[in-house]
Amino acid sequence: MFEAHNLRTPLGRARGLGSAKDGLHHWWIQRLTALALIPLTVWFVASIVGLVGGSYDDVRLWLKGPVNATVMVLFLGVALHHAHLGVQVVLEDYVASHGLRVASVIIVKFICYGLAALGIVSTLVVTFGA
Amino acid sequence: MSNAAKPAARPLSPHLQVYRLPLAAWLSITHRITGIGLAIGTVLLVYWLASAAFGPAAYATASAFLGSPIGLFFLAGFSAALFYHLCNGIRHLFWDMGKNFEIKQTTVANWIVLLGTVVLTAGTWAFTLLGRG
Repeated sequence: MFEAHNLRTPLGRARGLGSAKDGLHHWWIQRLTALALIPLTVWFVASIVGLVGGSYDDVRLWLKGPVNATVMVLFLGVALHHAHLGVQVVLEDYVASHGLRVASVIIVKFICYGLAALGIVSTLVVTFGA
Repeated sequence: MSNAAKPAARPLSPHLQVYRLPLAAWLSITHRITGIGLAIGTVLLVYWLASAAFGPAAYATASAFLGSPIGLFFLAGFSAALFYHLCNGIRHLFWDMGKNFEIKQTTVANWIVLLGTVVLTAGTWAFTLLGRG
């Protein structure tokens, strides 16, 4: 009965990629990063609150802690991954022109990867620095 | 039938200019707006981290900027957007699990999200400012 209404080819069904061409991957990674960001955000806010009013040396000493450095690297990587996936969805919904849409999505991804790299390297420079 | 009355020119479907959005719809668009704002706000975080890596002079410049009225304005907006996106994001994860779709549950969650945002934002700033003072 169900089969009679299924217009997809057997190959299309076996691949399970749908009209988005990559199946649930984008959706799933967005949710996975969202879940990870719940505890990471709590840690981030608590850390920043603790650092307010601190000196340059206080901040560097804090970022030299292996746990703090690890979680900061995770936070930057996961948050910016979540960010470029989210902004991509918004651009795909609202930018009508195909060329402008593709170009803006690519630019946003490049900027997010660049910010993540700069943030992670900066963290490690402080962690391993003098 | 040339004397037949013309049908009234009614809107054919809910239109953004005449349709009063339910609260959940406002929260939904706010989730996207805060998400965009937070993505832009990561520039501020990375700038702060990079300044700590570049040295005391760069860090002093970043600290002065973040402590200035415009810096504090950005930080206030960033913190409110972060707490909103966190609270509303958790309710989205419940929706993704197929839970809390009833109208009553949605209404309750609307107010939990809004109240949570205000309490967490105000609480964080009160704790920070009192702790420093």
